[in-house]
Amino acid sequence: MEEKAIICKDLTKQFGGFYAVNNISFEVNRGEIFGFLGANGAGKTTAMRILCGLSFPTSGEATVAGFNVYNQQESIKKNIGYMSQKFSLYENLSIMENIEFFGGVYGLSRPEIKERSNKLVEDLGLKKEAKKMVGGLPLGWKQKLAFSVAIFHRPKIVFLDEPTGGVDPVTRRQFWDMIYDAAASGITIFVTTHYMDEAEYCNRVSIMVDGRLEALDTPGNLKKRFSSDSMDEVFYNLARRALRKDD
Amino acid sequence: MFGLPLVQIILFGFALTSEVKNAHIFISDNAQDVQTTQIIQKIKSSSYFSVEEAVIGNKKIESILRRGNTRCVLIFPPNFGNDLLHTGKAQVQIIADGSDPNTAKTIINYLTSIISEYQHQVYSTASLPFQIIPETRMLYNEEGNGSLNYIPGVMALILMIVCTALTSVSIVKEKELGTMEVLLVSPFKPVMVLISKAVPYLLLSLVNFTFILLLSVFVLDVEIKGNLSLLFFESTLFIITCLSFGLLISNTTNSQQTALLLSMMGMMLPTIIFTGFLFPLENMPLIFRLISNLVPAKWYFTIIKCVMLKGLGFQYVWKETLVLIGMTIFLLTVSLKNFKIRLQ
Repeated sequence: MEEKAIICKDLTKQFGGFYAVNNISFEVNRGEIFGFLGANGAGKTTAMRILCGLSFPTSGEATVAGFNVYNQQESIKKNIGYMSQKFSLYENLSIMENIEFFGGVYGLSRPEIKERSNKLVEDLGLKKEAKKMVGGLPLGWKQKLAFSVAIFHRPKIVFLDEPTGGVDPVTRRQFWDMIYDAAASGITIFVTTHYMDEAEYCNRVSIMVDGRLEALDTPGNLKKRFSSDSMDEVFYNLARRALRKDD
Repeated sequence: MFGLPLVQIILFGFALTSEVKNAHIFISDNAQDVQTTQIIQKIKSSSYFSVEEAVIGNKKIESILRRGNTRCVLIFPPNFGNDLLHTGKAQVQIIADGSDPNTAKTIINYLTSIISEYQHQVYSTASLPFQIIPETRMLYNEEGNGSLNYIPGVMALILMIVCTALTSVSIVKEKELGTMEVLLVSPFKPVMVLISKAVPYLLLSLVNFTFILLLSVFVLDVEIKGNLSLLFFESTLFIITCLSFGLLISNTTNSQQTALLLSMMGMMLPTIIFTGFLFPLENMPLIFRLISNLVPAKWYFTIIKCVMLKGLGFQYVWKETLVLIGMTIFLLTVSLKNFKIRLQ
């Protein structure tokens, strides 16, 4: 029986009278590339924080990798990877040091870390730069490295919060190649993005507006439903009705 | 933006005086005659001192000064009045707590000037030339080394500022860079984040402290009279208190600049003033003296003076130690709680 990667049912997060996340329900399958879209202020980040075990929902249910978000947050954290908008690597440590650090945090043994890190820097073509500081890397490389570090411990699900911000289209394409490889190896990808062309790369996409889930389907079906040629248009049609402005 | 400078001006305005008011002194009148009573009355009626009187033996004098509440002991010998009237000379002994030399000197000056005023006023018409000779001693500091009490004060100040600033900035930096988020999403427990930030600075500060000690001993000629391991123990405790304070500050802001500003500028002046090493605490209005009890540096300063300068053992500083321990536990608990709440 295939266990779903993420299950959300009527998930709600309230701040006083303000509903940041308003009764959203959806499921993500294992190995799926799931795009979690929405305008700024729609509630994406809040929802992601709940799923990452960083925050408690006000009501509703959610399980991540089979663990529930109310009382199994520690187990969730062990089984997920995370890459934030700011790329989250220590700029004043070297590439190897960063890999070793995060490997250690996720409980990998020394020999495991050594073996995987060597393979990693080779795959990325960074073998020569392995001892150099991350701060000196160009943006695109930092991003690829951050992604690799996020899946270093082979988590079941990896959460990517706007991972391709500020990077040129070629590098973005290369980044998505890495995402495909990860998905092919069985890792579920949960990604938020503002680039609508990237939305096309996902298996399924959801769009949040003002805290609610307004659409959930494959990009193809959404385009048909909204009679649009591109995800850009679909998004525009849905999101412009939004009342909330910024996160 | 307005609050900080305003508070500092008020603090400075009230505290900035090296005059001595309300200094607690102890008078042992072994003569109990007319003359001594008159002198004591004069001392009492001046606004400088709060006087405690009793006849005590010589052995008890030191223990009174040890506790640190009394700044000075004035002793009249048994035949004071008789000696004065019949031989024209009498002595009075003034023993001051030399571990705070500037205040001690000021007190000695006040006392001798009151005594000499008495001398001139009452006996200007006497037939014999007439002298009251004060014999003064600065206990714990016979050479009158003026910088003596600055050293513990500076130690407290430096440890406080450095530990607080470094810890708080380092945590806030992670928040600013975004790496804090990643740590929190990982199996890394929040309490471990705080501990792993504090421990390197604990070690660093201990090294710093050792340097300061070495400098004091070899360059400034200060003698460490007390137990070295007690000194280190108390200093470690104080450093941990300061680190906890840094953790607390780091919870209040997400900007490194604010953290730095709060830790350095915000803490520096109150610490200087409320520790009492630059300006005596007795001079300040009651409310300041009460507030000073909240400043960890004040307790540490007392401990250091007792242990380093006076050579006293743990039994004299256990109360202050307990206060520091209590403050540390409180700060740590609040910081951890706040840290967790911010995650939600």
